[in-house]
Amino acid sequence: MTPPQRRRRDPDPEPSQQPPKEGEGKNPERLYIITGPDGERAPLDLVTLIVARAEPPSSATPEQSAVLRMCRAPLAVAEVSAYLSLPFSVVTVLLTEMLAAELVQARAPIVRQHLPDRSLLEAVMHGLQRL
Amino acid sequence: MDFNGSDTIPGPRAEDHLPHTTTAAAKIVIVGGFGVGKTTMVGSVSEIKPLTTEETMTQAGIGVDDNYGSDTKTATTVAMDFGRIRITDQVVLYLFGTPGQERFWFLWNGLFEGALGAVVLVDTRRLEVSFEAMGRLEERGVPFVVAVNTFPDGPRYPLDDLRGALDLPPEIPIVECDVRRRASSRDVLMTLTRFLHDLALAGNLT
Repeated sequence: MTPPQRRRRDPDPEPSQQPPKEGEGKNPERLYIITGPDGERAPLDLVTLIVARAEPPSSATPEQSAVLRMCRAPLAVAEVSAYLSLPFSVVTVLLTEMLAAELVQARAPIVRQHLPDRSLLEAVMHGLQRL
Repeated sequence: MDFNGSDTIPGPRAEDHLPHTTTAAAKIVIVGGFGVGKTTMVGSVSEIKPLTTEETMTQAGIGVDDNYGSDTKTATTVAMDFGRIRITDQVVLYLFGTPGQERFWFLWNGLFEGALGAVVLVDTRRLEVSFEAMGRLEERGVPFVVAVNTFPDGPRYPLDDLRGALDLPPEIPIVECDVRRRASSRDVLMTLTRFLHDLALAGNLT
């Protein structure tokens, strides 16, 4: 029996920021069109770590209080989204406001570099071996 | 939503708290067609109970404001499972089981751009369902390894035949695995990490 055959692709020289063009312009879109304060959204990644800077102030909304309680220890934005059962895009708006109000702190993720960080990869290998 | 009226405060269990010394997180994405075992793999290696982040989207490709009075557009929720492994007191690794339909990947900004690398899961009964995911990774320049999830009733091809069928260059690792087993899933992640390390070494030589 012969398996089906694939053909490899080349890197896209100009990576498009647009959703892929398939069908007849019937691409899905996010339901929530997001703008934070000044229409800007903090550059929050799925794995940006959020840490509370303070106890919930009396002025905090229920969502803000929930974030501050769960982020007493560092928590990724994706986890905040999961625990609040809110879409990721909605959570980034919530967190953008909380960053501006200095209620929380964000710790930037490790992103893939042109030259990957070997010491990080060695740490990952050691960490996986312990599993 | 009402977080005040609830007895249960949302958030991780005390034993799932990351140490305060955790300074940064990295991510690895697991891709492949529908039903190849992405969620199972996330669950088998994660140190926390897998979580789900959702995004809601519309099916039509036009702005919300353009669509007054129209009922042709439907809202759909797309879910993505993920898990977590603590690497050191400073670093934590997140694993995302991406949606099987690649056209939904854009919903999460930066899902691929910042990822250290990817695991492509393939099922030999339906090899072609993972072709599109592999192509998209190639286009984006995301380094990946291929893991063949061995289903008992799936055809067994020699790995060299699979490499040919998948049109994989010789340097890209291809391994067999059983994603239900933690050790097997862990070994796949080790293979990816070693591959990324080799790429880093090779990059430093040029």
